[in-house]
Amino acid sequence: MTMRTTTLSKEEFLIIKEQDVIPFRNRVKDAAVKCGMGLLNQTKLITAASELVRNLLKYGGGGAAIIESVNNGRENGVRLIFSDKGPGIADVNLAMRDGYSTGKSLGLGLPGTKRLVNEFNIESTVGEGTTVTIIKWKNG
Amino acid sequence: MGDFLLVTIQVDLYDQLAENLETDLVNAVKKHESKGVLIDISAVSIIDSFMGRILGNIGSMSRIMGAQTVIVGMQPAVAMTLVELGLTLTGVATALNVEKGMELLRSKILLSEGLSDDDEDNDTE
Repeated sequence: MTMRTTTLSKEEFLIIKEQDVIPFRNRVKDAAVKCGMGLLNQTKLITAASELVRNLLKYGGGGAAIIESVNNGRENGVRLIFSDKGPGIADVNLAMRDGYSTGKSLGLGLPGTKRLVNEFNIESTVGEGTTVTIIKWKNG
Repeated sequence: MGDFLLVTIQVDLYDQLAENLETDLVNAVKKHESKGVLIDISAVSIIDSFMGRILGNIGSMSRIMGAQTVIVGMQPAVAMTLVELGLTLTGVATALNVEKGMELLRSKILLSEGLSDDDEDNDTE
């Protein structure tokens, strides 16, 4: 049984250059603080956001990032949605494997990011783009 | 600081700034003929895979140029997040604070000088 997740508030950001990353991370922190998240979970969430926003720039050529304050009936959390209209990922399962990378980074990106959050979903279509959605619960 | 370069990172860096830091530091090692680099990251609230890679690069590049690198002051939440992310910063020496970092740097430099006195091969870490 999955509990219903309701959205309490929502902000959208355009990420088109590297300099957009730090202000975006700061807004993620604000949302995490607002929902009462402790420092460790804040740090995990912001680090995950940093990985995903870099992917958005590097592989997707920029895109949109949405910050939502959410509630699942038991606790509050922060949902982040990253969407790009880049080339897409041909094999999502492969991309989710530790150590795999097409870029020049360490290949920790997606699987490492998944470990930092409570919910992680990726949808990608070659030629259309990629959307990654994550949720970190306050005490998750 | 004599033979040491002391670098304090006071803001969260975006990627280009982090890359500039890497280049500037390696150039500074050459210019000042530094034997040690101490990087204080106590004000850094996030280290992601990119920043982690830069810190590792600085360590490797400095070592190739004959300088030891120690990173100090990592916040506990940052350390816990890094390990979960899968980045263990192997190859970079770390210490709890500046004082302990300086001690470690001095002992690393003594060790490498001692070894190179009686043995050319100082790659024994």
